[in-house]
Amino acid sequence: MLTLTPLEIEALRLSLRVAFWSVTTSLPVGLLVAWLLARRNFIGKGALNTLVHLPLVLPPVVVGYLLLVLFGREGPLGRLLMSLFGITLPFTWQGAVLAAAVMAFPLMVRSMRLSLETVDRRLEAAARTLGAGPAAVFVTITLPLMAPGIVVGAFLAFARSLGEFGATITFAANIPGETRTLPIALYTLIQSPSGETPALRLAILSVVLSLAALAASEILARRLHARIEG
Amino acid sequence: MLEMTVEKLLGNFSIDVNLACETSGIVAFFGRSGAGKTSLVNMLAGLLRPDRGRIVVNGNTLFDSAQGIDLPPEKRRLGYVFQEARLFPHMTVRGNLHYGLRRVPAGERTMAPDQVIALLGLEAYLDRRPHHLSGGEKQRVALGRALLANPRLMLMDEPLASLDQPRKDEVLPFIERLRNEMAIPIVYVSHSMPEIVRLADTMVLVSDGRIEAVGAIDELTSRLDLRPLTGRYEAGAVIQARVAGHDRDYGITDLAFAGGRLRVPHVGLPVGTRLRLRIRARDVALALEPPRRTSILNAFPAVVREIGPEEGPQVDLRVEAGATSLWARITRRSLADLALQPGTPVTVLIKAVAVDRYSLGRGAGPGRFLDDGERPEPPSSD
Repeated sequence: MLTLTPLEIEALRLSLRVAFWSVTTSLPVGLLVAWLLARRNFIGKGALNTLVHLPLVLPPVVVGYLLLVLFGREGPLGRLLMSLFGITLPFTWQGAVLAAAVMAFPLMVRSMRLSLETVDRRLEAAARTLGAGPAAVFVTITLPLMAPGIVVGAFLAFARSLGEFGATITFAANIPGETRTLPIALYTLIQSPSGETPALRLAILSVVLSLAALAASEILARRLHARIEG
Repeated sequence: MLEMTVEKLLGNFSIDVNLACETSGIVAFFGRSGAGKTSLVNMLAGLLRPDRGRIVVNGNTLFDSAQGIDLPPEKRRLGYVFQEARLFPHMTVRGNLHYGLRRVPAGERTMAPDQVIALLGLEAYLDRRPHHLSGGEKQRVALGRALLANPRLMLMDEPLASLDQPRKDEVLPFIERLRNEMAIPIVYVSHSMPEIVRLADTMVLVSDGRIEAVGAIDELTSRLDLRPLTGRYEAGAVIQARVAGHDRDYGITDLAFAGGRLRVPHVGLPVGTRLRLRIRARDVALALEPPRRTSILNAFPAVVREIGPEEGPQVDLRVEAGATSLWARITRRSLADLALQPGTPVTVLIKAVAVDRYSLGRGAGPGRFLDDGERPEPPSSD
């Protein structure tokens, strides 16, 4: 009962891989967007803010469909990726990464932006007068002070990516070993008449995984806070 | 030399300044809150961009709108000590102290960390986080941090204003030591006349975004036309004196100044020490004849020179005792009774206990750092 079946292991490993790459690739972009929204004033800031938050309110299927339109074989971005790098995203695990990243993006950006807004800009000004240029100030003052928000944002996005279903199944489909992540495997099992016990096992696995991600984020954020507060 | 010709519009507050003064010792920017002192210092530091103008510090052009020069703060090499210490909370005291130092090219480091740490008495705090320091300790670390960045000029924006009196008394001697032991000129912003009298050599009077006067402290405080700016309640004269002797039996110190002798409660300084003190106008009384059998220890002859505008029941008079100007605040009624006029000889009466002890500065005037053959005195062992 405590050992996982090969199918479960496959789904678990795939889910972790997708979630890991989803967070890793969107982290720098999220940081940039959070910085733009918190610190800069520009035309189209409201539009950017809306765009970032859209996945939070749109039905995930719609997001998946829009990704298909954009990144499909005939889509403008899909064609570009194909001609430049020979990459196709739909129906691949990289596509699942993209779908998960887009769905988790608002959570990540929100957490980062809030923490960036609490960074005391007077400290940054003080650092400038001590001889540090803007880039050095960002690395030595801004980033460490917003670190708890970055960690929380990353773990929230990780947990959200683990559970992504609607956009993933629409954009990347349900391919065993390629895009059949935990929630999709669970959905598949529920569809079959004999799948009740295996489905329950997968459900429990999902719950444990999500709780672990949240706990890890909480502990890390507290440690970072303690480092800042001393 | 500090040259600053700037214009800046902040909302509907305009700053329009043309300043040129020597940067030796401490230059104080004095003025009420909201006069534009902090904006001026921020423009010096590069944290606020003037609309137009030119800023040159000791020959280095920091800003020149005509030539398109605007050095960023990190290239200006000015050490800034803010009202709130602004220590970096995620670093230890040592990390804070080294933040500026490690950005100074190795060949240009003249400040030794050990020397600065000893000067400011920070040995015990090095591994602590700023969070665990008192307000006064934080401000001392901020002083050290700015100093270790090897600045050409230190800027201090009301560094004591957010501290309570005991903390002020704790930090002030360190600023004095810094002034006396380091050859770095300091621009010191404050709206506290006692602080400025104690620390500064030159005063820049700032009011409503303009500079009203620049000069030696004792000159500016004795000018009647500047009285509305130097403060009415706080009005007083700054005089230069020298410790002439101690009367140990009664705990009295004799101070000699150009114009007479002043007896004050014991001051723990060796005979010969030059100092500067402020005598508030409200502590000075005038008599037409020397009084006999009085408890007042300080009575010396003087001549009325100027009579200020009469506002309410009181009036301020400037009297001269020898070469020294003093202020006396008396009632209008006394002015009429004694028939005082410019030229009237009077006796000045000052209670010994009234001397503003907080203002006792250990400086010897604006000429201290100029080439008059005198070296700043080391601080007493405190």
